[in-house]
Amino acid sequence: MTTAWFCFLAVMITMYVILDGFDLGVGALHLWVGRTSKEREQATAAIGPVWSGNEVWLIAGGGVLFLAFPTAYASAFSGLYFGLIIVLWLLVGRGLALELRHQIDHPLWEAACDAVFCLASAALALVFGVALGNVVRGVPLQANGYFSLPLFNILNWYALLIGVFGLVVLSAHGANFLSWRGVGPPAERAHLAARKLAWLEAVLFVALIWPTYHVRDEMLTNLTDHPWRLIFPALAVGSLIAMFVLQRAGQWFRAFMASSLFIVGLLTTMAAGLYPNLLPAHDGHPYSLTVHNAATGHHALVTAIVWWPLGMVLAGVYFVFAYRMFFRSEEEPKMGTS
Amino acid sequence: VTVDRLQFSLLITFHYLFPILTMGLALMMAWLKTVSFLGRENHRFPLFRKTEEEREHYEQAAVFWAKIFAVNFAVGVVTGIPMEFQFGTNWAQFSNYAGGVIGQTLAMEGVFAFFAESIFLGIFLAGRKRVSAFTHWIAALFVFVGSWLSGFFIIATNAWMQHPVAYSGHGKQVQLDSFWKLLTNPWVGWQYAHNMSGAAITGAFVLAAMGAFFLLLGKHTEFAKISVRVGVVAALIFCTLQIFPTGDRAAHNTAHMQPSSFAAMEGLFKTERGAPLVIIGNPNTEQRRLDSTIAMPHFLSFLTSHNWNEELKGLNDIPTNQWPDSVPLVYYAYHIMVGLGTILVAIAGLAVLLLWRGKLYENKAMLWALMLAFPFTYIANIAGWVTAETGRQPWVIFGLLRTKDAASPASSVPAGTGIFTMLGFAGLYLFVGILYLMLIVRIVGRGPEDPELPTTGAASAAGAMGAEASA
Repeated sequence: MTTAWFCFLAVMITMYVILDGFDLGVGALHLWVGRTSKEREQATAAIGPVWSGNEVWLIAGGGVLFLAFPTAYASAFSGLYFGLIIVLWLLVGRGLALELRHQIDHPLWEAACDAVFCLASAALALVFGVALGNVVRGVPLQANGYFSLPLFNILNWYALLIGVFGLVVLSAHGANFLSWRGVGPPAERAHLAARKLAWLEAVLFVALIWPTYHVRDEMLTNLTDHPWRLIFPALAVGSLIAMFVLQRAGQWFRAFMASSLFIVGLLTTMAAGLYPNLLPAHDGHPYSLTVHNAATGHHALVTAIVWWPLGMVLAGVYFVFAYRMFFRSEEEPKMGTS
Repeated sequence: VTVDRLQFSLLITFHYLFPILTMGLALMMAWLKTVSFLGRENHRFPLFRKTEEEREHYEQAAVFWAKIFAVNFAVGVVTGIPMEFQFGTNWAQFSNYAGGVIGQTLAMEGVFAFFAESIFLGIFLAGRKRVSAFTHWIAALFVFVGSWLSGFFIIATNAWMQHPVAYSGHGKQVQLDSFWKLLTNPWVGWQYAHNMSGAAITGAFVLAAMGAFFLLLGKHTEFAKISVRVGVVAALIFCTLQIFPTGDRAAHNTAHMQPSSFAAMEGLFKTERGAPLVIIGNPNTEQRRLDSTIAMPHFLSFLTSHNWNEELKGLNDIPTNQWPDSVPLVYYAYHIMVGLGTILVAIAGLAVLLLWRGKLYENKAMLWALMLAFPFTYIANIAGWVTAETGRQPWVIFGLLRTKDAASPASSVPAGTGIFTMLGFAGLYLFVGILYLMLIVRIVGRGPEDPELPTTGAASAAGAMGAEASA
């Protein structure tokens, strides 16, 4: 039962990263992809109607963590205090810049909103990467189940590396998205950015294997001890290669899908490497929070396993409906329920 | 803990200003859209008998209110996300303790309410040009249902903190025993009805105020008349529901399940038979009495139990370590809510009377009163929540977990860190508040005849772009 909730949590986080990931990537890139205010507006227009729905996955993911593993929720959120508050401020700034840009028709206002939107998006991609990096690296958990990481300890070298990787992956994801959805010169620039970022993504992916093994060798041994879990990194590698091929072929919708699968591969690899840990302790600390010691009572988990899939099916239906409406195109893409 | 409490109260108070209107306005918009969509000249239901032209005006009104709704909703979302995080960042021990129970309702809010609300608002704002009239109407209804469901899950969460049920385990953590009993907590029903009716009152008075404003200016008369009419009728309906049965029953629950909170609300120090209902008075906690009171003898006992001589427990018979930590705050918040509620009923009643006599649209004094009354609905709503939340003190979960034991451990979040983030939020929210007012003033300045629905602007631009792409 707790394993099932571990998987659900992974699904929620993956859905969030795929969906809001392209919003963040578009945000980080749109100053470069769009040279004029009009072009930038076109770039953000592609995500305008869906970003708030995408962001709900973050809320719902937090809800799942709170529901199933309250101890881990309490520990992680208080321990990574500064990191999370910064995320909040960035989310506020980003949401307002995107929503309110069109309310005032003035070049300075638009420029200011574009800048805030770009910076906040890029910083969020980085900070989310940093947060995941800290989870992989482990945190100094104490016997009472809590820990504290001051800001500069949150920004340790490994977490920063993962943060940069996160920014690159999401920018590439956003560039693929814009290549698919965009028209005119911004789309051309997005093609170029997507190709370049794909290389960077591949280089960092390979380069990060050793540091990850260095900070937590279970990340690899956990996979090799259960060989079936190697499916996940294989998926990441496969979809990365597919993305290169599809980008060459100019099939941008498929390249975007490959980019989404690459994210699935990365995050599931991480989950498979961590399991059964939710929040592992840093070297030398024995108090890791696992799916066993952080889970809530059985009744709550069983109850929620009844209503949760129902809610997910409903959400999936809404998403397919809305995406079909907003992203109507020859290919009739289906999204949001993978 | 003090810093965490200050931070939470600042964040939640500022945040809740927006959902009040979101929920109230969602109902009003759903009504305007329904009349516009279903209206026919020979409709069976007299309220839907509308000519083609009247339906157009209803549609126009719905579109205008959608613009305000969109800005309000955006601010509500961005200030709402921090609320979920606050439980973990600043109230980690509370989350750890209670997450197994209230995690259910909070996660359900995300899964059942937020997805529907955000997606269908996106569709609604994309406008009638992109979707059929039917889809547009359904989207408006879903936005309404989503926002009211969201309210339900929040109230269900709060109800558990006011009156914990369906749990087992003590000490470090509690666990859920019965999902059904959690949702049917005896506290939930009336508090939900009372709260939603309060939000509807704000929606109604905001509608009426906007209409009154345009009528006084002599602009956009057709739109203004619809807003005033729908606003004052809804205001009277919900003001009445607010007092009876919802307010009456919610107070009844408090009296029985939280006597300490009830005694503080009413300023009742001495336990007595036939307790008086205090209309005006200043609680003096040091002397344990009310100063300068005007009171109606026996009324409090009667209202609480329908028995003129019922004995009600006063604060003197409750140990001081179980008193709310500020009795006067609970008392004043409650009396402000009730006092404003009474004034609002009077305004709504008078306005409906004038409407019925066909004199409302010309009565300048009444229009001024309507235009200026809407801020009081916000104050009354917030005061109601202050009563509920400070009345529950010193407990965060009544009778189970004290507030002082609920914050994040000082070892992980030092008080100084909390002060820094609170200042950050205060600055950010001040900016957000100013921006919000500026945008609303701008939308009002453009008036309802501006057909554009530039909400996410992005949405309309997406339309243009989609058209380009397919061309």
